[in-house]
Amino acid sequence: MEKKELGHHISRQFDQELETIRSHVLIMGGMVEDQISQAIQALVQGESQRGEDVGRKDDQVDRLELTIDDECTRVLARRQPAAGDLRLVLTVLKAVIDLERIGDEAEKIGRMAAQLAQLDRPAQGYVEVEHFANHVRGMLRDSLDAFARLDSEMALKILREDTQVDREYEAIVRQYITFMMEDPRTIRRVMDTIWCVRALERIGDHSRNIAEYVIYLVGGTDVRHRPIDEIAQVVEVATRSPST
Amino acid sequence: MAWLSGCVIVIVNGLNGDVVINSLDISKFNLVDNNLVNDPNPLPKAQVTNLNFFYPGGVAALKNVNFTLAANRVTALIGPSGCGKSTLLRCFNRMHDLYPGNRYDGEIMLQPGDINILDSSVDPIEVRMRIGMVFQKPNPFPKTIYENVAYGLRVRGITKRAVLDEKVEQALRDAALWDEVKRRLNDLAFNLSGGQQQRLCIARALATDPEILLFDEPTSALDPIATANIEDLIGQIQSKVTILIVTHNMQQAARVSDYTAFMYLGELVEFGSTDLLFTNPSQKRTEDYITGRYG
Repeated sequence: MEKKELGHHISRQFDQELETIRSHVLIMGGMVEDQISQAIQALVQGESQRGEDVGRKDDQVDRLELTIDDECTRVLARRQPAAGDLRLVLTVLKAVIDLERIGDEAEKIGRMAAQLAQLDRPAQGYVEVEHFANHVRGMLRDSLDAFARLDSEMALKILREDTQVDREYEAIVRQYITFMMEDPRTIRRVMDTIWCVRALERIGDHSRNIAEYVIYLVGGTDVRHRPIDEIAQVVEVATRSPST
Repeated sequence: MAWLSGCVIVIVNGLNGDVVINSLDISKFNLVDNNLVNDPNPLPKAQVTNLNFFYPGGVAALKNVNFTLAANRVTALIGPSGCGKSTLLRCFNRMHDLYPGNRYDGEIMLQPGDINILDSSVDPIEVRMRIGMVFQKPNPFPKTIYENVAYGLRVRGITKRAVLDEKVEQALRDAALWDEVKRRLNDLAFNLSGGQQQRLCIARALATDPEILLFDEPTSALDPIATANIEDLIGQIQSKVTILIVTHNMQQAARVSDYTAFMYLGELVEFGSTDLLFTNPSQKRTEDYITGRYG
């Protein structure tokens, strides 16, 4: 889908302020993406130090959240943005909360990975977790891409993807429950692994939230708490009838 | 609280321990856009239909304008200079009649009564009895504060002092000016500050119980505090009168109005609820204007 174009404001400074906010959101998104990658690698490779480092980097994510909040506050106070600009600021204020929570979930995975590194590795490794993580990372990457490109169709794709992610999560948990039933000595390790998978599922939910905000940003309709079919109609209408 | 088929039922314990049930019928609340509007279908005060206006020489200043002015609501007209906002406003009280060569085409049907105020058979003086106006620059008469407000009443034939006193006080109270001037009603109006003079002009307009009040950039000559006072006043008097306001200040339109009309080159580009127009306008030209983008 062709990226929705935003014209320039008469005030170049206002243009710059909004562009700075958008860039910071994408930087923050990149940081939490990297956190997830590091945490999963720590889990899969059994690298305790790497897992702990994920937590240290979370401070940077938190500081960036505060910076972006401050920038949005100043835009609201000084510029009284309207229409698309207002929706952009509101979207950013919501999205950074989800990105910060993603960072927290990645930190959780890193901590679990550090603990799991002290235990015996499972024979099959963490293949399912790695696959699931790639799926979820793809969702996050796509949601940030949809935000950058103002692409509501891509955002809709992410919402549909979340259903698949939820199914995959349930399948993994069922599998791990059977592991615990088969061998109670694995309970501690399996439980820690389930927490990691749960954290990944939550990251998927946060990515879904960001996709919903993008649909609002682009089309002006708040699609939260609506069924997917209704959201699809909203996106289709918005795509078919661009304003004149 | 409990839900029962569209009602919210609130069960509280009364002072004596007995149960008191209050119900609130939510069906009359419009929850679209998460905005509670108590009256989703306000009554129309005036219907503008296919309105065109021509200055001498056939210059078209308004082109096929259509919209409904909601009763007891504030409607704002916004747009760049020369778009026709003030021209449209002045159609409502037939101000253009004062200059030869101007021509109206179309209708403004005033309710109640279905009266087309643009019809040549309708006396413009009668129109101005029902539709008052406040101008950009405060323009009190060179009279006392009291006489400024009483003037319109005297023109209407009210001479009894007691009636005049009551109506003058009520108008000054409605204009949030009474407490500041009640001890100096015989002072000259020119002795008031700019913001007070403008409120006096509003009181003068309110004294004759108009049905519609037109504001033509009423705060552009005032400081921020006086502006805030006028905006607050507009919010207070809208329960008594329908308001149509022209403003260059978009944030003012966003603050004070229920409905906003965006005009451009004599055309009404978009009309809608202020909340929707300022969060999600349907027309790109509207979005470009209110976000300060190039056209």
